[in-house]
Amino acid sequence: MRALEKKLFRDFLRLWAQGLAIALVLACGVSIFLMSFGMFTALTDTRAAYYERNRFADVFATLRRAPKSLAPQIAAIEGVFAIETRVTGSAILDLPGKLQGAVGQFISVPVSGEPHLNVPLLRSGRYPDPQASGEVMVNEPFAQANGYVPGDVIHANLNGSLRPLTITGTALSPEFIYTIGPGDMMPDNEGFGILWMSEPALAAAFDMAGAFNDVGLQLTRGANVDQVLDALDDLLDPYGAQGAHDRAMQQSNAFIDGELKQLQSMAYVLPPVFFGITVFLVNMVIGRIVALERSEIGLLKALGYSDMEISLHYLALAGLIALVGVAAGFAVGTWLSRALAVLYAGFFNFPYLIFSVSADVYIISGALGLGTAMAGAIRSALSAARLPPAVAMSPPAPPNYKHSLFDRFLTLLRLTQPTMMILRNIARWPLRAGLTALGIALAVAVLVASSFFEDALGEMIETSFYKSNRQDAMLILTREVPESAIEEIRRLPGVLQVEGVQFHGAVLKNGHREKRVAIEGRPEMADLARIVGDKGQVVAAPKNGILLSERLAWQLDVGPGDLLEVEFLTGLRETHQIPVAGVITSYIGLAAYMEIGALDALMRRSARLGMANLSLDEAQKDEFHAEVKNLPGLAGTVMLGDTLASFEETIEQNITISTIIYMAVAVLITVGVTYNSARIQLSERARDLASLRILGFTRSEVSYILIGETALLALLAQPLGWLLGAGLATAMVAGFESDLYSIPLVLNRGTFAWSSVVVLIAAAVSALLVRRRLDNLNLIEVMKTRE
Amino acid sequence: MARDITEPEVVFRTEGVTKVYDTGEVKVYALAGVDLELRESELTVLLGASGSGKSTLLNILGGLDHATSGRVWFKQLELTKMNDRALTRFRRDYVGFIFQFYNLVASLSARENVALVTDIAPDPMPAEEALEIVGLGHRMDHFPAEMSGGEQQRVAIARAIAKRPQVLLCDEPTGALDSKTGVQVLEALDRINREFGTTTAVITHAAEIRKMAHRVIRFQDGKIASTEFNETRLHPHEIDW
Repeated sequence: MRALEKKLFRDFLRLWAQGLAIALVLACGVSIFLMSFGMFTALTDTRAAYYERNRFADVFATLRRAPKSLAPQIAAIEGVFAIETRVTGSAILDLPGKLQGAVGQFISVPVSGEPHLNVPLLRSGRYPDPQASGEVMVNEPFAQANGYVPGDVIHANLNGSLRPLTITGTALSPEFIYTIGPGDMMPDNEGFGILWMSEPALAAAFDMAGAFNDVGLQLTRGANVDQVLDALDDLLDPYGAQGAHDRAMQQSNAFIDGELKQLQSMAYVLPPVFFGITVFLVNMVIGRIVALERSEIGLLKALGYSDMEISLHYLALAGLIALVGVAAGFAVGTWLSRALAVLYAGFFNFPYLIFSVSADVYIISGALGLGTAMAGAIRSALSAARLPPAVAMSPPAPPNYKHSLFDRFLTLLRLTQPTMMILRNIARWPLRAGLTALGIALAVAVLVASSFFEDALGEMIETSFYKSNRQDAMLILTREVPESAIEEIRRLPGVLQVEGVQFHGAVLKNGHREKRVAIEGRPEMADLARIVGDKGQVVAAPKNGILLSERLAWQLDVGPGDLLEVEFLTGLRETHQIPVAGVITSYIGLAAYMEIGALDALMRRSARLGMANLSLDEAQKDEFHAEVKNLPGLAGTVMLGDTLASFEETIEQNITISTIIYMAVAVLITVGVTYNSARIQLSERARDLASLRILGFTRSEVSYILIGETALLALLAQPLGWLLGAGLATAMVAGFESDLYSIPLVLNRGTFAWSSVVVLIAAAVSALLVRRRLDNLNLIEVMKTRE
Repeated sequence: MARDITEPEVVFRTEGVTKVYDTGEVKVYALAGVDLELRESELTVLLGASGSGKSTLLNILGGLDHATSGRVWFKQLELTKMNDRALTRFRRDYVGFIFQFYNLVASLSARENVALVTDIAPDPMPAEEALEIVGLGHRMDHFPAEMSGGEQQRVAIARAIAKRPQVLLCDEPTGALDSKTGVQVLEALDRINREFGTTTAVITHAAEIRKMAHRVIRFQDGKIASTEFNETRLHPHEIDW
């Protein structure tokens, strides 16, 4: 090894603490990039491959009932490559040994065998026999959650009679990568299953012989999707269609899209912050080293080392720091990716795990990490190269302190000399001071933006569960029934209170803006499921108008009093002009509400309900469940207590993990910035400080000068950090907002305080570490060194 | 004047060299027209007060600095026509420097400091041999912080001679040392000059050192005030200052 290389490694070892502090910040950037970008690519590729191999449909439509003879007409639509008509329906499942019923989503399998589109991937056993009426294939997660293997028997309440169904096999489907039951907020594999059943058997059970109620299309390459959707709607409208849609509105696909969007914004937002801080820190440290090694640079030049060799020497020092950072980033990033893959495995059901991060993502993130360090070092490396050797050999001119207006202002304040030293130093290097403060502020911002989540989700739970949805259970009916059914439901054991609700698919139009939603009809002053306004007040379901959620109103560009064209996809399929009665805050879905009786009036029919909200006597829940399983015409039940519990449990886990991660990140940034900034000040001012000590200043007085600047900058950084954090939180809220859900922006004083406390403690510890070095300073040695 | 053919070859020659430091407000003439010749195997001592231009001249001769005007030759090479890259090459191949403050790299041992040069020189001697020459064979693996000032300066000398330079330029090599340690350093320089015939220029404030030189050049206000030759040279240990 050449002597210059030995110098490089020894310098690197000597600077280990500073280098490590920088490397860890860089590692954060590399690992988050690796994880988010890697997972984004992996998830996109996996999904694309899965969709391709299992022929995931491009267009979907559900309807009430259409004759199979319609199929050739659909297939003839221009741009349609393949078509599959199916019978689907849901029913309550009675699982052996379980008190509470589960919900089953039934899907027909053609008599010919394997479906053409949305092909389930067999995981075990076999497809149900087309001739057998009592066989089903179930989705693998449902089988695993309940411990079923082929041959096991479950029961389903089909058409009013409890029928035994033998499980023939398990499968996964591209349609159900994210499987969520009706009314659920989280996947519940134990309580919600997909069941594939032979078409004749299912048609008989749902009274659909010779008909279909679900269609999927695969389009030719380059087909005009909108034209196909319009043509399909035209064909299906007479048969009670809910409106055809493309993949973007397919539930499972939309959830993955949401996750991809999150990963992408994570890859774009967070790593640049870390890379930026790294550039600043490397620039600061290498700049200082070049200043300190001024005479060594002169010497190397005198010895005949070229400018290029000297530049490379300092770039290589930054490169070594980057190497440690990238290596740590790879390790942590790989670990994070694995952790995320495990998290996804519980969320998304893919048949194969292409969840490993590909090599090129490592190459890209490694190159980014190295490039970042180079970007930080290049200025100092070039200045070392440009330093003329004769100048380098002589000591540098003292820093240029000038009397400025600021200085006169300081003089007026009659500050002590040490305080003057602190303030003058900040004024002398305003960019460096500003960037140091910005770095600390970013640490605060990261904490604010991550810990606001807990409050936001708390607010979401408070509003959604304790203020709005106060019912204990929801009974979802297979079809709308007369209001008299409420009395029957009330007679179920344990039922205290019942409210009927209806849902109507409708297209809301304002000029060229339109949105397909489900309008919910509720009793005017519902007590169980209430509509809550932005100030927590209960809002009545309007009799003469429609109530919209903020996002929906914004998308349609309407406000209270505006007339909305409502094209109902149910009942008489009429179009009505309905005024917007008001706008309310809603965190889940695109909500639109009307009074239930007003809807019946529009449909010109007697009172009906499609779902019932219930409050239950806790003591009689078991009897209730036992009875509900046998209730005919029930498509599903949702127990809100269970939903809330699983929601809270998931959040609790995720929040704890993410709080720890973000805290570590904020601490690393703070330590990286404050430790380096204090170390550099110590190095720059060692002579000044030693002189003061010789003049009789005490250790703590001298420490005050050293720590004072860092402390002042850390304090000044707090309000900036709060501001940046609030901005980041707002951006995150906007980034997460989708038609599926939105997160409220809740910023409490506690969030700001907590963020500041964490950062200030980390800053104080780093500054104290440097202070210990100051205490150990050998006064004589320092005074003897030639700068 | 016809050249005496027995005189050694001219190594450095300068013609009207000036160096002006322009601070914007005043122009400082560090060198104000210097003509000089340094000959092969000679040991020249440059004397003069601070600011008289000795170091500036040495830096220009060594290719560390550019002259404002005038011309400088190293044998057939005209240094004043060379760019930075060529000057770097020149220093690497021909020049050994020794400075007042040793300028050792603190993170490298004595042997490794010398290796800094042997790594890049075309025909170096082993670092160990260079250290033996200056009498530091037993201190090779010590770091600068573990050595006395005289020892550090001798490492610097070893570093300068290890490349077998054609010229050795020394800027106050004893300036930071007491006279006893200084003598050891001068002895090392003297030995190299005698044994290897290396052309050597030594800047010093200590006038007594002139007694070991072939030629003594006095500087004043950026000009050569006088040049004298010593008929008999003293050995460094005979010098006291």
